[in-house]
Amino acid sequence: MSETALPDRTGAFQARLRKRYASERRFKALGLCAVLFSVGVLAILLVTMTMNGIGGFQRAELAVPVDFSKAELAIDPQRLNDKDAIQALELAGLPLLIDNSAEQTLGRKAADELGSEAWREAARDIIADPSLLKRKAVLNLPTSKDLASALRGDGHEELRAQARDLVAKGQLARNFDPGFLARADATDAQMVGIWGALKGSMLTMFVTLLLAFPVGVLAALYLEEYAAKNRWTEIIEVSINNLAAVPSIIFGLLGLAVFLWIFPNYRSAPLIGGMTLALMTMPVIVISGRNAIKAVPPSIRDGALAIGASPVQVVFHHVLPLALPGILTGTIIGMARALGETAPLLMIGMRAFVATPPDGFTSPATALPVQIFLWSDEIDRGFVERTSAAIIILLIFLLVMNGLAIYLRNRFEKKW
Amino acid sequence: MVTTLPATATMLPESELSDPQSGLIPKMSARSVSVYYGAKQAVDDVSIDIQTKYVTAFIGPSGCGKSTFLRALNRMNDTIPGARVDGEIMLDGEDIYRSGMDVVHLRARVGMVFQKPNPFPKSIYENIAYGPRIHGLAEGKAELDAIVEKSLRRAGLWEEVKDRLADSGTALSGGQQQRLCIARAIAVDPEVILMDEPCSALDPIATAKIEELIDELRGRYAIVIVTHSMQQAARVSQRTAFFHLGKMVEYGKTSDIFTNPREERTKDYITGRYG
Ligand SMILES: Nc1ncnc2c1ncn2[C@@H]1O[C@H](COP(=O)(O)OP(=O)(O)O)[C@@H](O)[C@H]1O
Ligand SMILES: [Mg+2]
Repeated sequence: MSETALPDRTGAFQARLRKRYASERRFKALGLCAVLFSVGVLAILLVTMTMNGIGGFQRAELAVPVDFSKAELAIDPQRLNDKDAIQALELAGLPLLIDNSAEQTLGRKAADELGSEAWREAARDIIADPSLLKRKAVLNLPTSKDLASALRGDGHEELRAQARDLVAKGQLARNFDPGFLARADATDAQMVGIWGALKGSMLTMFVTLLLAFPVGVLAALYLEEYAAKNRWTEIIEVSINNLAAVPSIIFGLLGLAVFLWIFPNYRSAPLIGGMTLALMTMPVIVISGRNAIKAVPPSIRDGALAIGASPVQVVFHHVLPLALPGILTGTIIGMARALGETAPLLMIGMRAFVATPPDGFTSPATALPVQIFLWSDEIDRGFVERTSAAIIILLIFLLVMNGLAIYLRNRFEKKW
Repeated sequence: MVTTLPATATMLPESELSDPQSGLIPKMSARSVSVYYGAKQAVDDVSIDIQTKYVTAFIGPSGCGKSTFLRALNRMNDTIPGARVDGEIMLDGEDIYRSGMDVVHLRARVGMVFQKPNPFPKSIYENIAYGPRIHGLAEGKAELDAIVEKSLRRAGLWEEVKDRLADSGTALSGGQQQRLCIARAIAVDPEVILMDEPCSALDPIATAKIEELIDELRGRYAIVIVTHSMQQAARVSQRTAFFHLGKMVEYGKTSDIFTNPREERTKDYITGRYG
């Protein structure tokens, strides 16, 4: 038997082993730090947004007891189902009734601080529940923006004292404002809603998807499956790659110069917005689509061709279904980018003040990021919280889209 | 390099090529076929007749053009940019490279099985049913079911998979996948089946099953098999063609090629001088 030590017993070997383990530990620790850092940043973002944004889903409201049974509004309950029910209630004297009721219970000074649109909220309550007209009820109605900011601790000392007084009597409070999700833009932070912008964004995204997805997928299929590999396809490929890197405002200029020149009447419309964003999204879909198509094993194509499938059948029966998860992922990434895009929409006029939700693809609209941008520009402090709330809505929209992408990917993913 | 080789291939006279003993007219015949990839010549002036009755084996060192020539027989080379075929290849006396030839129809008549099993990532049933469906071979579900069962039975796979036809074809073992691919080729009722080293990715037991299967299919289809294993060629084939550097050096009865080759290069290859 020889006396030489086994190779794994020598000092040099042990030292190398220790070094290797140490470097492995270092690498692990660094990786963990990177992950913790990004998770931390994300958590901070979400927490601050939620803290700021929670207030945006609330507003200052006065509790106004109204006795409809005594006041007898002169209105036929049938009329409440009509489209112009609010005007009918106005003619029947609802604003005056609200004002008088407020004066009786809260006093003249507080009644003056009821928002000028408060009676509309009362009208909506009545339309939602016509039985109100026969009884006594306490309505929570929005205050003026001055009282709202006094409640927040800003403004005149006199008004702040009044706010404190009303709060002490239980007549003034910040309540959850479900209407924020149903109304559109307004000049008064107490009366704004996000639905107008949300609907505008949805309509715009729908147009974008409808244009960018088929065009992008067909272009990707053509370039990968049919186009001869020559200088021309190379030039097209480079152009598409560059298109994906063009700053978004350039697309806005293009939309302004081309689409609005062709359709001058559709300024601010989701149709034009969607077309503009589709230009931006399409190259992303083409690039991700080509990668997904390239990843389909050639053996699958050979197998299909060898039993007599035509090239089109190979593409639509085999290549496309296998590439679909990748294409969908790319599409959602492109769409998410388009959803958050502000600059091109500003260029084509989707920054207008639009007080009613759009009722179609051609009516004036704004979009979530633009709305956020517009509100963040307001001086009134009430808009700060509303802006955060709008950001939360935008983030939720994005999360839903990403969730959909993950679902679709898992649903269509095939193993081979 | 390929082209500088002196043309010493023993071309059998026409009469012998068409195999007078069998009295058969060839299913496929190639005349002076050369295949090029761009400027590079991969197959040089090959003429051969392929009979329905036999399994024909192509042997030769790797890179000698066996796969290239095989793929010329059902025009799979069309999908490779820059590939070009010279000469004539006839299927039942009809030139498959003439203009107006329907490639889709040709490939339904001349099926192919590849080196690596490539089932579609779909159910076992769909793998088989796909071909008959696109060619309109079945009227209704019952007929399609019958074709699927018949094809799987012929490929010797029915007993193993009949209870899980809805499972993915890619979940089968390698040997089963390859038999699934054979069943897929059979399902469209081809006349010729081309196999490019169908066992090279399989273990010995799966290989034995495929060889058995090839023997059962013989006679019903003209089968051409490329193999790098001379034992395999000897076991499954009745006719063998030896390729070297793009040329077909010798073609004849398998027993003759292995026991009594006429060409020095064939003998060298068979005795393992190179490979
Ligand atoms: N797609 C292709 N493009 C260019 N050259 C090829 C291609 N396929 C094969 N070749 C070349 O053609 C020759 C024959 O190849 P192949 O037919 O695959 O040989 P074998 O199947 O006998 O091993 C080889 O030199 C190979 O490099
Ligand atoms: Mg080969």
